[in-house]
Amino acid sequence: MVMQLTPKQSIHLPRIATVARVDTLSNREKVFEFRFDDGKELGQKPGQFVELSIFGVGEAPISVTSSPTQKGYFELAVRATGGVTNKLHTLEKGAKVGIRGPFGNGFPIETLKGKDILFVAGGIGLFPLRSLINYVLDNRKDFGEVTTLFGCRSPLERLFIGQLEEWNTCKDMSFLETVDTCQDDSWKGNVGVITTLFPKVHFNPVKTYAIVVGPPIMYRFVIAECIKKGLADDHIIMSLERRMKCGVGKCGHCQINGLYVCQEGPVFTYAQVKSLKEAV
Amino acid sequence: MQNQVISKKDLAGFVDELIKSKAAGEVIGIKTQGNKFNFGSLKSAAELRLDYDISLLPPKKYFFPQTETVLKYEAGANPRVEPVVEEKSMCIIGVHPFDIRGILLFDAVYGGNNPDPNYFLKRNNTVIIGVDCLKPNPKAFAASMGTAATDEGFDLMLTDIGDSYFVTVGTTKGENLLKKHAKAKDAKGGDLEKRDKARNDALKNYKVSLKMKPEEIPALLDANWESKVFHDKSETCFSCGSCVMVCPTCVCFDVQDDMALSLKGGERYRRWDGCMLTEFAKVASGENFREHKEQRFRHRMYRKGKYLVERYKYLGCVGCGRCATHCLAEIASPAETFNLIKEAK
Repeated sequence: MVMQLTPKQSIHLPRIATVARVDTLSNREKVFEFRFDDGKELGQKPGQFVELSIFGVGEAPISVTSSPTQKGYFELAVRATGGVTNKLHTLEKGAKVGIRGPFGNGFPIETLKGKDILFVAGGIGLFPLRSLINYVLDNRKDFGEVTTLFGCRSPLERLFIGQLEEWNTCKDMSFLETVDTCQDDSWKGNVGVITTLFPKVHFNPVKTYAIVVGPPIMYRFVIAECIKKGLADDHIIMSLERRMKCGVGKCGHCQINGLYVCQEGPVFTYAQVKSLKEAV
Repeated sequence: MQNQVISKKDLAGFVDELIKSKAAGEVIGIKTQGNKFNFGSLKSAAELRLDYDISLLPPKKYFFPQTETVLKYEAGANPRVEPVVEEKSMCIIGVHPFDIRGILLFDAVYGGNNPDPNYFLKRNNTVIIGVDCLKPNPKAFAASMGTAATDEGFDLMLTDIGDSYFVTVGTTKGENLLKKHAKAKDAKGGDLEKRDKARNDALKNYKVSLKMKPEEIPALLDANWESKVFHDKSETCFSCGSCVMVCPTCVCFDVQDDMALSLKGGERYRRWDGCMLTEFAKVASGENFREHKEQRFRHRMYRKGKYLVERYKYLGCVGCGRCATHCLAEIASPAETFNLIKEAK
């Protein structure tokens, strides 16, 4: 056993990227556009994640929200919730960070080609899902009917509002939105949890795949609705959250049973998740 | 390669010669540390204790240090970052066969699709001189795990056969070191039998045993996720992580940043971490995917008995007995848990 390696191949070594743009999405979330200083592409597949470094603070796994069809840059949409993400929220255009990756399997594009797709996003589950939604819209002819359902807690927590409006009016995709609760009359749309949108959608379960990303509680109810509509377990696809520290299958933090989410995931079919314990 | 025999006096001479000549880098061996044994740098062969039961920490610490700097960076407007990879030559003397099995698992984990230079730039330059464990620890169960002996993973393997050591030669590197620096003789008729007798006699000295074949553990666990044993055993767990820190097959780490006082730059380091610690599976939102100690206890047992062997072909427990020795709550022994589950069936 001799593996010839050099320090440059360090599994921990990030590439430097610069913040090219920052947009505020809500009071807790911002989206950051990054460009690599070496001019190279990230080369991600929709659904993959990166390890974002802020030197002196640390590293955190963040899903990529932009589609690989958008060239020259990539976007990370981030909720300020931990050490790295709170520090990131203070950064402005021109600031530099470290990026490792992309990591993980990403969504199964080849499986989805030619099929009808039902996207179901809950809250910031929209962030990873947006990479695939935009990929599908940019390669529209490769896919069948496309429907997107998006739900969040209140109108104040709606994300990428401009994009939601585009999706709402675009002819390439049906789009339905809801908020869990609304205390005033500022919101004219659906009110109720995301499963209340299901009676409004109709699809052929044989040729449809549901791609579901949201908080753990949402999975339980949405999966039940999908099954009620006749979707097979392997036609329900989800992306799971774990604490991927290394991204390369070593550190152990992201393990679900014998699987490493950073290697075999974060995207799994419900058929796979069903056979796992402690997955959701 | 011809196996050798070396007198105890000449082995000491060999070790002193390795220390003096630095022919295989820094010489590390088993020494006493208070009333325990541990691996440490050897100044003289007189310090070496090959008659030990277990070392406090397994030899993994030489390839995978408790804390290891992996990056140096300058922070600020124009950050610069460089990998830090310590390369080191070592000769580790006195590694037991079950600990060698642990190292073989580490090789598989730190190799694979994303090989880790921090591990391999130390591991590749290490000579391993093993020694058969003839006085096993009272909590050890390597005999029933099939890990009391090994045919791979060493350059030389010593077996105490009375006045001398039988030397099983594992690699050309080991053979050459011996030829150049030791007064060893070719093993002759009867020597191999003495080695095998010493090994076989040692098997009888194990006090704890797994009451099944080790290859039956994955199926046993598969069928018993809901076993009450996980709950009952974990009730007194302190979540202190001692069991995972002393384990020769625990590979997990945490990564942290350390900023210099000047705030101009700093280091990123990794350090041992373990799935028995409360926050191991916690994410930033506050969700902890193994919040309860029963879940963490079960996860560790599944890693030891199922997950690692299915992924890397080496069992995640080698039966050394360290976890059971160091666990304050006396609940850590995988053999005990596996046996209880089997008996409860």
